Amino acid sequence: MSNKINNSMSLAKPDAVDISNKQKVALAIGVIGLFILALALFNVNFPNKGLFLTLSLSLISVGIVVYARDAYLTKLEGIKNDGVWFKSISSRGAWGWIVGVILTTFYIILYFFPKYLGLGSDGAENTGLVGLFDPLSKLLSGRAASQWFVYGALYTVAILAFGYKFILKYRHNRYQQVRTISVMFFQLGFAFLIPEFMYVMNSDLPYYDLKSMWPLNYYIFDEWSVKGFLSNGNIGLALILFGIITIFVISPILTYKFGKRWYCSWVCGCGGLAETAGDSFRQLSSKKMSAWKLERWLIHTVLVFSVVMTVAMVYTYLGYDSNNFWLTRGLFIVLVIAFLSLVFAGVMFFKGKELGKDAKLGAIGYLVVIALLLVMHFTGTTEQIFFIKGGALRSAYGLYIGSIFSGVIGTGFYPILGSRSWCRFGCPMAAILGFQQRLFSKFRITTNGGQCISCGNCSNSCEMGIDVRAYAQKGENIVRSSCVGCGVCSAVCPRGVLKLENDSMEGRINPTDVLLGNDVDLMDLVNKK
Amino acid sequence: MKEHIVIIGNGISGVTAARHIRKLSDKRITIVSGETDYFFSRTALMYIYMGHMKFEHTQPYENWFWEKNRINLKKGYVNNIETATKTLHFAEGDTLNYDKLIIATGSKPNKFGWPGQDLDGVMGMYHKQDLENLEKHAPNNKACKRAVIVGGGLIGIELAEMLNSRKIPVTFLVREDSFWNGVLPKGESQMINRHIKNHHIDLRLSSNLKEIKSDENGKVKSIIIQETGEEIICDVVGLTAGVAPNIDFIKSSNIELGRGVKVNRYLETNVPDVYAIGDCAEQHEGIDGRRPIEAVWYTGRMMGETLAQTICGNRIQYKPGHWFNSAKFLDIEYQTYGWVFASPRDGEAHFHWKHSDDTKCITVCYDTKTNAFLGINTFGIRMRHEVFDKWLTEGRDVDYVINNLPEANFDPEFYSHYEADILKAYNKQPQTV
Repeated sequence: MSNKINNSMSLAKPDAVDISNKQKVALAIGVIGLFILALALFNVNFPNKGLFLTLSLSLISVGIVVYARDAYLTKLEGIKNDGVWFKSISSRGAWGWIVGVILTTFYIILYFFPKYLGLGSDGAENTGLVGLFDPLSKLLSGRAASQWFVYGALYTVAILAFGYKFILKYRHNRYQQVRTISVMFFQLGFAFLIPEFMYVMNSDLPYYDLKSMWPLNYYIFDEWSVKGFLSNGNIGLALILFGIITIFVISPILTYKFGKRWYCSWVCGCGGLAETAGDSFRQLSSKKMSAWKLERWLIHTVLVFSVVMTVAMVYTYLGYDSNNFWLTRGLFIVLVIAFLSLVFAGVMFFKGKELGKDAKLGAIGYLVVIALLLVMHFTGTTEQIFFIKGGALRSAYGLYIGSIFSGVIGTGFYPILGSRSWCRFGCPMAAILGFQQRLFSKFRITTNGGQCISCGNCSNSCEMGIDVRAYAQKGENIVRSSCVGCGVCSAVCPRGVLKLENDSMEGRINPTDVLLGNDVDLMDLVNKK
Repeated sequence: MKEHIVIIGNGISGVTAARHIRKLSDKRITIVSGETDYFFSRTALMYIYMGHMKFEHTQPYENWFWEKNRINLKKGYVNNIETATKTLHFAEGDTLNYDKLIIATGSKPNKFGWPGQDLDGVMGMYHKQDLENLEKHAPNNKACKRAVIVGGGLIGIELAEMLNSRKIPVTFLVREDSFWNGVLPKGESQMINRHIKNHHIDLRLSSNLKEIKSDENGKVKSIIIQETGEEIICDVVGLTAGVAPNIDFIKSSNIELGRGVKVNRYLETNVPDVYAIGDCAEQHEGIDGRRPIEAVWYTGRMMGETLAQTICGNRIQYKPGHWFNSAKFLDIEYQTYGWVFASPRDGEAHFHWKHSDDTKCITVCYDTKTNAFLGINTFGIRMRHEVFDKWLTEGRDVDYVINNLPEANFDPEFYSHYEADILKAYNKQPQTV
């Protein structure tokens, strides 16, 4: 209807949302910073790499900071979404597609052709972009940079600079500020600096981002990783035990108390990037029922794949090296099946009724996993599992899920699919936490009685594609496995309808009688099913 | 043959009625609308102009929803209702028969006969067509160098916020000597005055529109202010002086009308099998201190739920619970629970607290004899509907409410709390009993 919507494919911005001169300067500064990186990528050999790297990263950061300050500090505190559906970059316009293509290309090169980034092979010196980052890497850990170091450094700069922008955008909202400081802290410390320092202390330890849990960190139980830990004495043993404890003990407790948000929008690096650099794209996630259906199939399929793949990997190396591990193949399979059965039986016993029709799907999923594991155990050899080479399964997972899904599509498609398509459709960790959040957690988004006016700001701003309004307008609390608890729906609500809360498990799903403001007898009738 | 329920109007009232009739029965349902193909949230029109959302995002149900739930949608304007033969006649020339008819046509913007009120560039802000009109006349601050808004209510301030988002200078004419002070107590109303000015909106209090002047092409050129005779050059004039029931097409029928369609507590009109709900319905007497006509989102929804019961064989009265409402004035959210009038009525008193940052305040109304808590207005602090509904039903006194305010807080986590401040201010004031 609005003529504004059609010209989002135009490179020229609609005049109503023109940016200020100061913002244009800020953009120019940032682009110069990026230009230095581009020059390095095309093998311009900078004389003083350290200086130019500093210059580049500083210009990018300064550009973002100046832009953000002019965008938000020149106005009164409040919701700052004016024109997001007019701007080409944030409404799948031409700029959105251009940025999407650039990001996607970057990820493809990063994962599959790192030599084009300048990674030196066979002991050769790094050149190009990777070479530009050598001074920083040497400063931190004493070794030359890798493509992953370049990626990690740029990722961290993005979270820090855009995190600052996000904090200014929500400077009236302390929940948003605290949460953003948290993701900035975990990215800078846990994902970027600590692993480098751990390398300095003990260079044999595998790279380990302490906050990254299995199955997001799908390689932690790989043979090289486990061996790396176990061959490093107490510290290595402590680390791998910590890895096991985080997923089986710490994570369930925190998710019970706070919902999966404690991880997904407070700690996680993927979530951190989505919440900061990806904030401008959150409204692009699809809220259609069909998208939700696809989401449920995809994410649980990935979870099954990742569980089976991990068990298969461990199973393989348990087989031919029984001296190193007290665990035998048979015992391992029995333990895994016993654990899965315990979880399944527990859920069915306590929550079977609540699950309704979904209980059947859950049972099918459970049986598929058990069947796959048994097939593997009885047909597998030391060479082959599922009649293919053991490593092939792991490589397939790493390629299709770890690289293409999480990186190329997950981040590369930010301007097209929204900022959390990986978290929503693919992340097996999110699936596990979500499963728990839906069934055993105190967390919910409370709907404030009958105040909802169905405006749709909440659904529009949900990066996970939850149709928040569908619940709020019925006076129903939002208890959804996919909710990452970012709190933006609550922030943008013009009527104060939504509040993220940790309260008792009881009554967190059912609407209560007074919610709609109607007298009680009528609501009894309406709620009768 | 299944009974055919026809609903005129696809707003919140009509759609809620249709949804609940479908839940309760297998009747044939048809919703008629001339405005849009599908139900959308009128309250969200402003966000489309501001670029927060697209039109499709204001539609609470996906397009497949209607067919799946066997709710027929018919686009067209009803010209008149022939109740004797139970027939609707459309402007397009066709007709439709009903067994039961629900009128849910909502409101239309008031126009008070101002000279020039029908010029090009003069508009209300109610229908989707108004938004399209605004987009045409005020796409940006080059095509629209200034806009004048006439009428200081909820829609007026929303229109000001909309235009402000595109950096279009706004002059805001308010008849009263302070914004919305027919409803808001003085302290709150004055705080909003200052907030409006902080947004660089040219707020003119105690100012009435005298006339709208035209250029040679029949387009708005300027307006004249009654009190001062000042001429303000502008390209757009927004008329937002309230709304009235949208019932002109019913006048030729034998359905009883007042300002709206007259209904009893069962939402029945004087004609059998004809009902009215939502903004266009007028109660013979206001219920529990409410106005006979309530142009509020949630009352429309509640009437729809109630009437669905009646239509499906369980005849019940419309009984709204305790009054509540909410709005947003630029960046300041407002909620109200129970009754707080602009100035205390006989036997009532107000306790008012305002934060020093001038964006948060509350006003609590109570009975000076019994100390009973009557209602609260809250600005910039979210409160829990459920808790106030409970307190009002339990008949709590004002001391209890002020002392237990933390229980009612609904602000996001990590927000500063002001209950201790409020309690301190409350205890400091001279005792009235």
